[in-house]
Amino acid sequence: MAITSILMPKWGLAMEEGTVVEWLKSEGDVVAEGDELVEIETSKITNVMEAQMPGPLRKLVAPVGETLPVGALIAILAEEGDSDADVEAFIDDFNANFVVQAASGDEASGPETAHVDGYDLTYQTVPGGDGAPVIMLHGFGGDRNNWLFNQDALAADRDVILLDLPGHGSSTKAISDAGLSALAALVLNFAKAIEVNAFHLMGHSMGGAIALEAARQNSDTVLSVLGVCPAGLEAQVNSAFIDTFIEAERRKGMKEAALLLFADKDLVTRDLVNDLLKFKRLDGVDAALQALRSGVIADCNAAPIPLGDIKAPICVIIGEQDEIIAPPVNLPPTIEAVRLPVGHMAHMEGAAAVNKAATEFFAKA
Amino acid sequence: MPKQTVREAINQALRQEMARDENVIVIGEDVSGGAGSDGQRDAYGGVYGVTKGLIGTYGEERVIDTPITESAIMGAAAGAALRGLRPVAELMFVDFLGVCFDQIYNQAAKFRYMFGGKATTPMVIRSMIGAGVSAAAQHSQTLYPMFTMVPGLKVVLPSNAYDAKGLLIQAIRDDDPVIFLEHKLVYDTSMDVPDEAYTIPFGEAAIPREGDDVTIVAFSHMVNHAITVADKLKADGISVEVVDPRTTSPLDEDSILESVENTGRLVVVDESPPRCNMATDIAALVVSQAFDSLEAPIELVTCAHTPVPFSPALEQLYLPTPEKIEAAVRKTLKG
Repeated sequence: MAITSILMPKWGLAMEEGTVVEWLKSEGDVVAEGDELVEIETSKITNVMEAQMPGPLRKLVAPVGETLPVGALIAILAEEGDSDADVEAFIDDFNANFVVQAASGDEASGPETAHVDGYDLTYQTVPGGDGAPVIMLHGFGGDRNNWLFNQDALAADRDVILLDLPGHGSSTKAISDAGLSALAALVLNFAKAIEVNAFHLMGHSMGGAIALEAARQNSDTVLSVLGVCPAGLEAQVNSAFIDTFIEAERRKGMKEAALLLFADKDLVTRDLVNDLLKFKRLDGVDAALQALRSGVIADCNAAPIPLGDIKAPICVIIGEQDEIIAPPVNLPPTIEAVRLPVGHMAHMEGAAAVNKAATEFFAKA
Repeated sequence: MPKQTVREAINQALRQEMARDENVIVIGEDVSGGAGSDGQRDAYGGVYGVTKGLIGTYGEERVIDTPITESAIMGAAAGAALRGLRPVAELMFVDFLGVCFDQIYNQAAKFRYMFGGKATTPMVIRSMIGAGVSAAAQHSQTLYPMFTMVPGLKVVLPSNAYDAKGLLIQAIRDDDPVIFLEHKLVYDTSMDVPDEAYTIPFGEAAIPREGDDVTIVAFSHMVNHAITVADKLKADGISVEVVDPRTTSPLDEDSILESVENTGRLVVVDESPPRCNMATDIAALVVSQAFDSLEAPIELVTCAHTPVPFSPALEQLYLPTPEKIEAAVRKTLKG
């Protein structure tokens, strides 16, 4: 192999730079594709980057603590046959030609709006492989940006469509019917409106319940459904979380709620809490969240979704340390269950494992 | 999310609140572009163009151009607020406070109290503050310490576009008189601002930079200087936390004290003359509430005790600058 660069990753649209927190491999190690390589901290969250290709790790260019722009050189893979001089020349050449890319704002990558059932629904397509597209449904209080660690990995095989549910992100805030059934029907109508006729659904938490219910309502268009810590299975949604989230007006209350989301409490940064507060302070959001509490959340708590009625294959990813929805214990054997040692935000905390499971599940579904 | 300047964010906040509530009116000198200038009335929209275009949408009954009589603007706004409107009154430059202070501090600020809680005065007074554009002694002051010391007034000092929009909407929806002070040098700064309406509660500081070595508390445009210094010193391994209280009344004492309790060192940056200003107020707060956590004397970076000079060279000597702030930070770290 030629001398190969390993670069600062770009997670989500807003990421401009990252800081090397810890190298999980050492110089001289031979890494395999998918090995956990380095922990990178962004202004939003810390995540582990995996090796994209196998090879001998020759040089760690970025020391721990170094903050570098997206796309900057952080390490080198090279065979023993490559001389130190060649490696140094490669690094010098890379840095001489390196240009910092501006963060792509929303305008550049183009969120779109679909008018469905009286709502303006904002969505964004990450273009990908030829497989049937997957529509991603975030959880209560989230938005389409929650999939920043997943969208690019899944786009290797298929288009990834990131949707802002009503009351969230840039979509219409006022929700006329916030029940589980109505929101599932809305997602199906959304797919119809953007002319996606056969698709996978991947949903987190409340979005997971909506995905399962949509699959139950229409077995023709939903090819498979993957729930990440989904509501609507066995356990009730932790009402302390929902209530604290809705009532929080300041950082203190919002941090209290956010801490329940992650097993690794260090992931709850000031920026993460501030972003949640910014969302909560938009006009109409408070009413929307209250409507969802008495609608879809209450529906999920009242009765489990009848999984036997769903014809599409189902995969459930479970955070074993989930404090929002206790891990299910009696899933039917027909359902593929992946258990991870993480909290409720499994798609962030366990991004690599979730991406692998989702990629394999969608490929065979 | 679209980027907006402070000027655009304030204009959008006014537009959205006027659309939401027909009781919201704008009143002031030249807010529509100058009385009598038919055909071009929306061309100007205030000396810095902040209210540009409002009259075209909302008409002259809700965008009221007044004669140059600040006492009449403030008196009319206070009376209108008592009767149920939500006026946003513009005092073009805060320096003109002297000719209308009775209407503000002795009338509007005291109505709720004097009428036994039976009256509210939901008025906003927008005004421009600050030096740095060589506008001389009568158009360059900040004066927010004078408002801050009056019970019954809330005082808002936005330092960026996101805060400006959310704080102005909060101010318009507030049932008490709110003084909203816009620094001339922040109008053209821009950042991501949601198109939707949103609010930011008063009395909640922002922490635009987190750090462990030194706390800088700064107000209005000085926050931007503090951020510049924090980013510069980061390269030298000095970790600076910047606290932007955003409102001086109410004041988020907890955030200031918590920060100083963590860093042990405090620099306060206040674009005001050195006596009886926010810098002395914050220093008194920290000394009385968190004395034991201080590891160095508090440094105050303020203006000189002189009228604002017209000469650009002298004006820079008069003002707090990033260089002076950096020197103050380094001084707290000595010994």
